Amino acid sequence: MLHKFIVYVEDKPGVLNRVASLMRRRSFNIESLAVGHTDKPGVSRMTFTVDTDETTAFRIEANLYKLVNVLRVECLTNEPAVERDLTLIKVRADDQTRPSILQIVDVFRGRVVDVTNESLIVELTGTQDKIEGMLEVLRPHGIIEMVRTGTVVMGRGPDAPSISPEFVQARVPEESAAR
Amino acid sequence: MKRSGAQIIWETLQQEGVDVLFGYIGAATLPAYDALLDYPIHHVVVRHEQSAAHMADGYARASGKVGVAMATSGPGATNLVTGIATAMLDSSPVVCMTGQVLSHLLGTDAFQEVDMTGITLPITKHNYLITRAEDLGPSLREAFYVARSGRPGPVLVDISKSAIQEIIDWEPDADLVHLPGYRPDLRAMPEEFQRAVDLINQAKRPVILAGHGVILSGAGQALLDFVKQANIPVALTLLGLGGFPASHPLNLGMMGMHGEAWVNQAIQEADLLLAFGMRFDDRVTGTLSTYAQNARKIHIDVDPGEINKIVKVDVGIVGDLRETLEFLLPQIEPRTHEEWNDHIRNLRGDSAVRDVRYLPDDGHLYAAHVINDLWHYTDGKALIVTDVGQHQMWTAQYYRHEYPRHLITSGGLGTMGFGLPAAIGAKFARPDAEVWVIAGDGGFQMTAAELATAAQEGIKVNVAIMNNGYLGMVRQWQEFFYDKRYSATPMRSPDFAKVAEAHGLTGLRCETRADVEAVVQQAREAEGTVVIDFRVEKEDSVYPMVPAGAALHEMIRRPSVTGTPIGLT
Repeated sequence: MLHKFIVYVEDKPGVLNRVASLMRRRSFNIESLAVGHTDKPGVSRMTFTVDTDETTAFRIEANLYKLVNVLRVECLTNEPAVERDLTLIKVRADDQTRPSILQIVDVFRGRVVDVTNESLIVELTGTQDKIEGMLEVLRPHGIIEMVRTGTVVMGRGPDAPSISPEFVQARVPEESAAR
Repeated sequence: MKRSGAQIIWETLQQEGVDVLFGYIGAATLPAYDALLDYPIHHVVVRHEQSAAHMADGYARASGKVGVAMATSGPGATNLVTGIATAMLDSSPVVCMTGQVLSHLLGTDAFQEVDMTGITLPITKHNYLITRAEDLGPSLREAFYVARSGRPGPVLVDISKSAIQEIIDWEPDADLVHLPGYRPDLRAMPEEFQRAVDLINQAKRPVILAGHGVILSGAGQALLDFVKQANIPVALTLLGLGGFPASHPLNLGMMGMHGEAWVNQAIQEADLLLAFGMRFDDRVTGTLSTYAQNARKIHIDVDPGEINKIVKVDVGIVGDLRETLEFLLPQIEPRTHEEWNDHIRNLRGDSAVRDVRYLPDDGHLYAAHVINDLWHYTDGKALIVTDVGQHQMWTAQYYRHEYPRHLITSGGLGTMGFGLPAAIGAKFARPDAEVWVIAGDGGFQMTAAELATAAQEGIKVNVAIMNNGYLGMVRQWQEFFYDKRYSATPMRSPDFAKVAEAHGLTGLRCETRADVEAVVQQAREAEGTVVIDFRVEKEDSVYPMVPAGAALHEMIRRPSVTGTPIGLT
């Protein structure tokens, strides 16, 4: 299943490389990755999703903690969370097709951010499913190019993961412990 | 006060307690070496940078302190790579400093520029690229801290010549370690301990699997106390040897591919495995699908990444092994496990007759006999450093390892050429120890140039070469699995005694069992480094052996005295 991780890291040169190198070396396959600053100076936040089983998800968490520049890892797979992708889609649109495309964009609550005589750029935010859904209906009109930011995730409720946990538990997946 | 980057390097190393380092000078490190003359730190000039890393590694394993190696930029730095990877796989605390080109040349493919932090990313615990003198002090401090804490490992500090030459205002002792994300002192949750205690107290056929972690965390006494209470037999990994005394009645010996049959059999029959500071390497488990199928498993390791990496466990406890065992002990109920221990003792029975120690040499010189004799003549007290191959396994089997930090060997990476340089490093760490290298003719030649280093430094290590004219371990695989087609394994070597003499050292040769005692004693008494060329049986094999892909109990056994004569009979 798709596992979602939030990783707080020190904002230093090469840290993204360290995380990527770890994932490659241990053969964890990243589906999506997004990196950006946080409200705290010197701290960046990565969100990445990996399609894997539960045991491997635990190992990913443990191995990330071994990186000296990693401050905190939070796995939000089984937590209530808000999940968003941002995408820009440049789609072919002339006088004839423009109205129906605009209608589609409206249904998906997207926004048009650029218009020419032959094209539109649509901005859409949402879950991966929603974006896939709109792509599907726009495709017959001719997609010229598209870009996606990768998924970002945030847990619901008033709390945020603390950046300095007291301790980290070595967790054993249920299926193994129950045996 | 005004300090150059070079001065900051050496003053910081002094503050870290460094009095010796191993390295090789070059253009990028020249200003650092110039300043070194003003500090009471001894520098050992190696003959190849790979050896510098092995020496620092040997120093670290013999002492428990951080070993230091230094190389120049480019090829000097890349030559360290094998040594760094060796230290990484065996959790050895090493700090490697490499020179780097001037900072404005970084990324331009300048002369002797190589992306060392990129190259070593997957084989270091952490690494640094320093371009400013002000970062030197804090980064070196952090490097030492990271290298020795938690699960130890190598840290690389790549230092631009610009930083070495820069002069800044610097206060000694003002540099702080600031690593907010680094947690070497992880602890498990209390309920994990309780589940472990319950499993241990309920077990009928438990076996302890003790690894390198016992030695690294200084858990030897804690393990003895634990075993005294619970009477659980102890099997050891290669790197765990010495962590639990060989003379202890519940010491089963080494497990795994070349473990004794009863050890592996006991593991396969166990109902509970207690993995203490070990990582279920494939050389230890055999085929995973058939590994200890009836056993529940408790894994204690300081590295959370090891839990459930290879073998799925029932309880995973992250933490320092010594602390964890001391915490568990009061809750462990006394047990004798008489039936189980008797059963294992019976399993030993039919192995004893195959034990090479009890077999006559019949005029042959078997490496296993030489190593067992060496154990005898050194009272089992020597600090043994091995290379990699058959002799390494025979050393694990036939030198009885009684004390921690008395066996230094490249386990995880299996690095040929490790022995001699690691022994030189170990000798610097423990000048009073009687240091013996046990090597094969192949591995010895990979770093034999370090005899010159030993001669230049005037230090004494004794080198016992098990010379069989083959890359013996691979030859053995060819014999068993490739129909004796000896591709690329026969090896013609120089006269090792003469090689030693060419270095101004003592060279000895031994061709019969009767002469073993005399040459060993002669080597012990001689001043300076001694090389002994033991001309051992050419086509001899290490038994038992679990072939790759087989279950742990499916071993190729040493033929008994009456059996078909393969190798030792």
